[in-house]
Amino acid sequence: MRHILTLAGREIRDGLRNRWVLAITVLMAALALTLSFLGSAPTGNVGVGPVEVTIVSLSSLTIFLLPLIALLLSFDALVGEFERGTMMLLLTYPVSRLQIIIGKFLGHVSILAFATVLGYGAAGIALAAAGNGNGFAVWRPFVAMIGSSVLLGAAFVALGYLISAAVGNRGTAAGLAVGVWLAFVLLYDMALLGALVADQGRTLTPEVVNLLLLLNPADAYRLFNLTGFANVSVFAGMAGLAETLRLPPALLLTALAAWIAVPLTLAAMIFQRRQV
Amino acid sequence: MTDPSIDLINIEKRYGSQVAVRGVDLQLNASESVALVGHNGAGKTTLMKLMLGLIRPSAGTVRVLGEDPVASAAVRSRNGVGFLPETIAFNASMTGAEVITFFARLKGVPKAEGRDLLARVGLSDAAGQRVGTYSKGMRQRLGLAQALLGSPRVLLLDEPTTGLDPQLRQSFYAIISELRDAGATVLLSSHALTEIEGQTDRVAIMDRGRLIALGTIEKLRSIARLPVRMRISVESRAENLVQHLDGTVLNVSIINGAITGAEMNGFTVDLTCGDDSKMEVVRRAAAFGPTVRDIEIFPPTLDELYARFLDGERAG
Repeated sequence: MRHILTLAGREIRDGLRNRWVLAITVLMAALALTLSFLGSAPTGNVGVGPVEVTIVSLSSLTIFLLPLIALLLSFDALVGEFERGTMMLLLTYPVSRLQIIIGKFLGHVSILAFATVLGYGAAGIALAAAGNGNGFAVWRPFVAMIGSSVLLGAAFVALGYLISAAVGNRGTAAGLAVGVWLAFVLLYDMALLGALVADQGRTLTPEVVNLLLLLNPADAYRLFNLTGFANVSVFAGMAGLAETLRLPPALLLTALAAWIAVPLTLAAMIFQRRQV
Repeated sequence: MTDPSIDLINIEKRYGSQVAVRGVDLQLNASESVALVGHNGAGKTTLMKLMLGLIRPSAGTVRVLGEDPVASAAVRSRNGVGFLPETIAFNASMTGAEVITFFARLKGVPKAEGRDLLARVGLSDAAGQRVGTYSKGMRQRLGLAQALLGSPRVLLLDEPTTGLDPQLRQSFYAIISELRDAGATVLLSSHALTEIEGQTDRVAIMDRGRLIALGTIEKLRSIARLPVRMRISVESRAENLVQHLDGTVLNVSIINGAITGAEMNGFTVDLTCGDDSKMEVVRRAAAFGPTVRDIEIFPPTLDELYARFLDGERAG
């Protein structure tokens, strides 16, 4: 455990030093604040929108942004150290490869969690200060969004680690990371939509669609935030969908957790066998 | 005798169809320092990586401090292993002090020991600077400091003296002998025998993945049976001297002395002889009389010795 913390600490210090932490936090805070205060602009008025509107717009943005940041943070976590030659020395120390991968992963997830909590938290505090949203019921979805955003980020960090463990050089890893981002964030939903239209409900029954949505961490995140809470789903235009989907929030969170555990386990297995 | 600290039995390592190391048997004991000598690509680094568990042998058995280095049980035994890679790389954004503290934590060594080691390699003043600003020599010294953390029982140093200035090289060898005397096994690699400067107890010569010679420098000299060169300066009667030495020398030539003038006229007799007849030549030359002014003996250089083993291997 001590070794894991030492390794995580090094990643965090590295992130602080090369301004990654600062850049991500500022970016997230700026976007969150902009969306909270200009979120109602499409409806014709500029001003502070309700918390629920902020949650809808912010979570939609998170789906695009956070996976990209997570992949950028993680794609060279292992392959970069192999290429620079720092991994070879590290592997001669009394640390197991499992400890190395878990320690580094925790370090990167901490950076992402810190930036998300601080950036989105700032927006939440600003909304509250502007006299918006009273009571726990309003803020619960907001807190849940921050928490699930961290999970979504962690899932893509885990995917980044899988790429990083599997490929031989940084260039390939970077290319694959962009590919994974495109596939999960953009192409998957388009393909699913196209299939639904073409299929006309013959083989793609609601059960199959549910399963397919769980097979993409971005969709699990989207559904959790847009259908998980009745007051939010009204604003998201998902109220009707939420009833037919029948994917309980706990299941969606489990799917996100699986999207962290499975890629990270695979990454650890590949890393374990890799020769230097 | 206790078990060897490093035990390689019939090791082979292939990368695809390419054989990096084959048929290597090597046992290194506590309290000895061994130089692994060979040209680039001879398999020195591969051998070290096998000892460190960074790669798995294609065949054969590796044991370091009694453990198979690729087994998960070896994670603990790595506490007793120090390694200095050939090209050392550190996280450029960390300072020297942070690097050594990071590695000290991983080895469970007190922070103070890291600081002491930095001082020992002469990096105290640069400890607060980022490693990215370090020169090659400074990085090498930092690399040596991390390898020495926790007083390792096995120390593997890949081309350790490249990039070190002569003074630092001397203090480097002093540190090595100190560790060796304290019971450590030190293995250091080099691409030339002369680099080692006779600083190690034994020498292992590698060529194209094979271990072709192993022993003390003296033993290798006697195996190689390289001729000894000698230079005898005489005032006169050089031809007589040559006759007098007949039968003991392999090869002889007389060079007129460089200094001209009636009394100062001298001759230099250059000769080579077998190692076993060296003393006989000296005795006869000494008995030749006061006309012999000087006898110089040049034992074969380490480079000649090294070249002999490589030639022998390639001819065979």
